[in-house]
Amino acid sequence: MNKRASLRPEITLRAREALTGWGFILIWVIGFALFTAIPLFETLRYSFNQVSVTATNIQLNFVNFANYSRALFTDPTFVELLIGYMIETLVSVPIVIIFAMIIALFLNQKFRFKGLFRVIFFLPIVITSGPVIRELTAQGAASAPGIANIPAVVDFLQELPRALRGPIEYLLTSFILILWFSGVQILIYLSSLQKVDRSVYEAAAIDGASAWEIFWKIVLPALSTATLINAIYTIVTLSHFSENRVIRYIYEQTYDVQGGIGYASALAFLYFGVMVILLIIVFLFLFRWVRRATR
Amino acid sequence: MTTMSAILRHPAVERMRGLLFGSRAHRGWVFTAVLYALLIAIGFVYLQPLLFMFVTSIKSPDDLLNPMVQWVPTTLYLGNYERSLRVLDYGNTLLSSIALSVTPSLLQTAVAAVIGYGLARYRFRGKSIIFLLLLATFVIPPQNTVIPQMLRYRDIGLLGDPLAIILPAVLGQGYRSAIFILIFYQSFISLPKVLEESARLDGANDLRIFLSVALPSAIPAMIVSFIFSVVWYWNETFLTSIYLEGGVTTLPMQLSRFTQAYENLYPPGVVNIFERLNEAVKMAGTFLNILPLLVMYFVLQRWFVESVEMTGITGE
Repeated sequence: MNKRASLRPEITLRAREALTGWGFILIWVIGFALFTAIPLFETLRYSFNQVSVTATNIQLNFVNFANYSRALFTDPTFVELLIGYMIETLVSVPIVIIFAMIIALFLNQKFRFKGLFRVIFFLPIVITSGPVIRELTAQGAASAPGIANIPAVVDFLQELPRALRGPIEYLLTSFILILWFSGVQILIYLSSLQKVDRSVYEAAAIDGASAWEIFWKIVLPALSTATLINAIYTIVTLSHFSENRVIRYIYEQTYDVQGGIGYASALAFLYFGVMVILLIIVFLFLFRWVRRATR
Repeated sequence: MTTMSAILRHPAVERMRGLLFGSRAHRGWVFTAVLYALLIAIGFVYLQPLLFMFVTSIKSPDDLLNPMVQWVPTTLYLGNYERSLRVLDYGNTLLSSIALSVTPSLLQTAVAAVIGYGLARYRFRGKSIIFLLLLATFVIPPQNTVIPQMLRYRDIGLLGDPLAIILPAVLGQGYRSAIFILIFYQSFISLPKVLEESARLDGANDLRIFLSVALPSAIPAMIVSFIFSVVWYWNETFLTSIYLEGGVTTLPMQLSRFTQAYENLYPPGVVNIFERLNEAVKMAGTFLNILPLLVMYFVLQRWFVESVEMTGITGE
């Protein structure tokens, strides 16, 4: 062993480095196994079983894909909720992204009372929690003030085809809620904007570029990576939010006599699958642009 | 025609136009006005729910029923707060909320620093897999792992124990740990290696280098991680309500069963009409729930904004 070490010091040095590196992350690997991998695998196993929990142990009764086929073909509520979730997420993500970008561009300017406005715009990060949002929506404080109740708007919505009405109604009733999910995204955009060298803007302006051109040719490409991060972050936070109707349904099913843990696990995996599909769609949609912009 | 263009090209007019629409030196009054108008409008949209919450919470039952009273209550009525404080069991739940958000946050920050450093400074095989799994821990919804974990906690008698929340944080699997690990990764990777190398030449070992050379330069990352951890742990109710069932009660947990707790203290058939549960009391409870975070935010707001810019969480 010693002989080899002295013969090939290069390799042992690298091995030592690798070992130290693993040493630093060992605690995470253990945690991942205990708190993510094993429970995830267990949940997957439950989803193929009928699970009954007694005071002392857990009984599994293998049912193959019965839980999944029940969720997809005989449970009308779940599929409807799932479709609603997809539409709402795909509507919300662009709104959050565009809104966060506009606010970040504003806050990147120099103006008076900037500190005050920053304090206001980051407030939602602090107070957005499940119970608070639930109370606020219950009192009607989360919808765009009164717009959804104006007779003309109600009439207009009646005229729309059903597929369009859903997303627009959602927009009108949860507009403020959507904006409240933009706090972290504004921060990410701001930190990205701050990395752009100010002299680039000045050089472009001297070359005669208008503010409009500077935005499309310089600012937007500089924000491409942040946009990808923000899109993923938005999808994940919206999907994990405890007031999300699909999550509430899964939670109810867990303690339901008809449903139970096995059925709820199958629902959780279907939901996770849809979420991953949404992530992939958004990722593919943005990735090509990011690669072009950062080249 | 010619007189018109002559007037337009007059220096005074040009200056005027510069002031209004902006020139190289000045942004222009029109742009400034639009900027402020938009900022104020959006700021109002953000603040409106909070204002609504606060105004409603100080309304007396008379004001609530009076359609004339919208934004300005006739009297400052504190009865809602008195009752909410009792219903929320404020002293106890506040303390356990603070303990259950500060403790895991401190541990989570410390552990994330160690892991982030390991990922940023050492070359080893399988690192890309680790990154992929790290992302997975962020993406996997809690309901895909929570039940087996809850059952395991039940078996070993940890259900309802604060350790049920603290343990995952210690092993780098706390609430949104992946984000904090990536923040530290980003912060260490942008740090020049020179200092660490010279410390190594002086004979310091890896742990020593990490603790005394690398860590002090990651203070912005630590502050960001800690503050965001506290906020997110405070607001997290899904996992806490499952793991702490029958044990400790946090403030948001108590808020989510506010109606039930209220009716236990003030049974609807027994109390007079002025003490029935109404939205003013609910809003007072909600406001009390976010008040500690608001205080923390206003004290630390400079750190919120500036250290995020310093750590540069977006990466390259």
